[in-house]
Amino acid sequence: MLRRSRSGPAWSWRAAKRGAAVVNAVVNKAPTLLEMRSITKTFPGVVALADVNLEVRTGEIHAICGENGAGKSTLMKVLSGVHPHGTYSGDIIYRGQEVRFADIRASERAGIVIIHQELALVPGMSITENVFLGNEPRRRGAIDWRGAQRRVVELMEQVGLKEDPDTLIKDIGVGQQQLVEIAKAFAKDVKLLILDEPTAALNEADSRHLLELLREFKRQGITSIIISHKLNEIEAIADSITILRDGRTIETLDVHADGVNEDRIVRGMVGRELGSRFPDRTPAIGEVFFEVRDWTVRHPISTERLVCKNSSFNVRRGEIVGFAGLMGAGRTELAMSLFGRSYGIWLGGHVYKDGKEIQLKSVADAIGHGLAYVSEDRKAIGLNLLDDIKTSIVAAKLPKITRHGVIDQVKEHRVAEEYRDNLRVKAPTVDEGVTKLSGGNQQKVVLAKWMFTDPDLLILDEPTRGIDVGAKYEIYGIIQRLAEQGKGVIVISSELPELIGLCDRIYTVFEGTITGNVSRRDADPELLMKQMTSTKKMATR
Amino acid sequence: MSRYQDLKKNLFGGTASNARQFGMIFTLVAIILLFQVLTDGLTLTSGNLIAVVSQYSYILILAIGMLMVIVAGHIDLSVGSVAAFTGIVVAKAMQEHDLPWQAAIVLGLLVGAAIGAWQGFWVAYVGVPAFIVTLGGMLLFRGGNQFIGNADTVPVPEGFRTIGAGFLPEVGPNTGYNNLTLLLGLAACTAVVWREWRARQIRQEMGAEPTPVWVSGVRLAVMVGVIVFATLRFAGGRVGTSLPVSGIILAVLVIAYSFYTRNTAGGRHIYAVGGNARAAELSGVKLQRVNFFVMMNMSVLAALAGMIFVARSAASGPQDGLSWELDAIAAVFIGGAAVSGGLGTISGSIVGGLVMALLNNGLQLEGVGSDMVQIIKGLVLLLAAALDVYNNSQGRFSVIGSIMRPFRREEPAPVTAGADSSRETDKASAAG
Repeated sequence: MLRRSRSGPAWSWRAAKRGAAVVNAVVNKAPTLLEMRSITKTFPGVVALADVNLEVRTGEIHAICGENGAGKSTLMKVLSGVHPHGTYSGDIIYRGQEVRFADIRASERAGIVIIHQELALVPGMSITENVFLGNEPRRRGAIDWRGAQRRVVELMEQVGLKEDPDTLIKDIGVGQQQLVEIAKAFAKDVKLLILDEPTAALNEADSRHLLELLREFKRQGITSIIISHKLNEIEAIADSITILRDGRTIETLDVHADGVNEDRIVRGMVGRELGSRFPDRTPAIGEVFFEVRDWTVRHPISTERLVCKNSSFNVRRGEIVGFAGLMGAGRTELAMSLFGRSYGIWLGGHVYKDGKEIQLKSVADAIGHGLAYVSEDRKAIGLNLLDDIKTSIVAAKLPKITRHGVIDQVKEHRVAEEYRDNLRVKAPTVDEGVTKLSGGNQQKVVLAKWMFTDPDLLILDEPTRGIDVGAKYEIYGIIQRLAEQGKGVIVISSELPELIGLCDRIYTVFEGTITGNVSRRDADPELLMKQMTSTKKMATR
Repeated sequence: MSRYQDLKKNLFGGTASNARQFGMIFTLVAIILLFQVLTDGLTLTSGNLIAVVSQYSYILILAIGMLMVIVAGHIDLSVGSVAAFTGIVVAKAMQEHDLPWQAAIVLGLLVGAAIGAWQGFWVAYVGVPAFIVTLGGMLLFRGGNQFIGNADTVPVPEGFRTIGAGFLPEVGPNTGYNNLTLLLGLAACTAVVWREWRARQIRQEMGAEPTPVWVSGVRLAVMVGVIVFATLRFAGGRVGTSLPVSGIILAVLVIAYSFYTRNTAGGRHIYAVGGNARAAELSGVKLQRVNFFVMMNMSVLAALAGMIFVARSAASGPQDGLSWELDAIAAVFIGGAAVSGGLGTISGSIVGGLVMALLNNGLQLEGVGSDMVQIIKGLVLLLAAALDVYNNSQGRFSVIGSIMRPFRREEPAPVTAGADSSRETDKASAAG
């Protein structure tokens, strides 16, 4: 059954009483708790949400699904007052009344609590202190610690957390920290609990416990909204699902009705046409020259979390290889750990280039062996924003323009001019500071920086993030030219159409495991999305 | 491009902290002229200039090292103590163990290197913040100085005093000036002319728009004028005095370190680490090595400064080098370095140091008490740092620039950068 989220009768107190009487009856008949009507939210130059509708019924578990950038988090930020009333258009009806939240505290007073993916706990404080942080029970102006202690035991029992309340947050696992966050929400008398990717950082046992807890809350009449990329979990737990795509509501599905399964959800999430947004190219692919076997990497802090599990893949000369996966799947971690162990703790695995095993223990090793890594966050770790164009371009291979350690400024200038012309960086001179460039031009400078190192294999992490359409097309062209020169190119992207349009072969990654290897011929969004959201290892095609 | 901008751009090379330096040079000139008038011409007499150089050269030497430390994103609070510690070690070695003074200088530099390696190890390889490591070093080596010297004063022999109190010798015919100083001045003029010519040549090779001839001319005339004036002053002092040896050491260091920071890969790595350590690391820069080097280099220069000071005061004492670190840090920040690292130049720091030195000197000549001198210096530092903060929030700013703004002919540069970046952050926050 398919239910458009628009419409739905206005909620009334009488209806609420009726609803309360039948709260344990079929959830679908429950009254509406929250309705967000034609929410539109724009940032300068970007429409993040366009006419989005969401209707959540009392006592249900409502899932919100969509690709990265579909607008899920923005919608929740509008709801919780992070984007206050007045910065968006549309109405929020909560418990029958229009609400206008000025900030998070206002929404929390109304019983709407959001638990973010990055937990907001103070590591050096105890569970009790964290649960009541910013919400301390007071008696005559001082904090009533005895009352807090009594209350925290109740709350911990409610969320199934078995720990000493005086334990410091940094001494308990991520799963338990998640529970502390939920206990914190309960301390605020929550009526609508919003969880943003609650299981992304959890192992399987903790995830199962958390989902079980959500079911328990449902029995107690607490409504939850859950944002998750893990479709199997959503299918198992949610009562209804609202799918967002490109900032629009696509549909709201009733899970209990027939025909809703992972495939159905995936179709809603990716169902867009693939225009010819990519330059033409006839790939000339050679033999395998770069191969990674059983690459295993641990999270830098969390000892039991593996971010890469026995990953094996290869790249051929002149081939563009895509890595598809959802946020947090471990693609960036894989790339950075390969690039001179720049991320996590290396536990094992081998890298072969041209048939010979190579050691990549430092970034200098990696550059020396012809690897280049263009990071996903060019402002934070890709560029020195104090530099100008020419110093940025030569930064990764200074020996090419130095003699006896002295920089040849004429050569530096000439090289920079050459790349500026070739990649069509829009800047009057190469002495221009990189902060003055647009995102697309900055990305070209970063590409130039790595092309200058003469790499054999370029790893491009989200190469078109935050770049306008015209510049995207140019960057696709640059990537294709690199492949034509016989270099191997790895493209990590969260945009499936981009990978399908650009790559000769696509690996899918899910929770640190490479779950599929799909050739250009077979690549279609639904297949990829399925492999990106499931641990089931697919047959290699 | 307007003539004013031409001049501004070309006078001080192509670094990012241009505007600030431009402003600082004008501040320096203004301070000199102000005190020249207030002291009835005493400021620019031979005797005073020579005194200023020999009195502040060690602070300026510290500023060189401190600039590199600050550019790399650290700080060094221990330089005064390191200088004092080296001073006492060297003085003791000469007095009690009869070490020849030449060998003592080498020993002093080695002591500096060892201390630098110690502090560099903690900063670069263990990862303790430099603030803490050098705060510890400040106590450690101050205590070390008093332990070795029994909190007493130890005199140093005559030969050693040359590096702090010595002057160029009188040689050649009697010209009424110190001949060696004249020769140095001539060499400096030649070097300036050669450098200008070379710079023009490089611009030509780059195919860049050549510097207008009149700009080159003005720049050369100003620089040669300053050099000739300074040369005559330093050469024309009381017989037996001239450019101090410590001034020559300073000049050599300034030239060498300016070249290093501007024109070598090693120097560029320091700026890269300070500008964005993670990006530098991912570009293959060996972070630990750079951090170790700047910390070690600082201590070697501190050791040198300490020896010069001991040589000048003819003895090493327990109170040597007290609060030098603050003077050096102030010079660097007044000279346009950014607190967050990645920005700043040697020449800027020297100008900053000279501003402090001449301010100090001028106020002393005027008979202002040390209480007021400190108050004024504190305000100058605060003002310079406030300017830096203002810079970052408003785009580049300079006193002269703001005065000249109404006269500029061309359109102001479009402010695309700010708008663009804010849009991207929004996009990022909208994503997911």
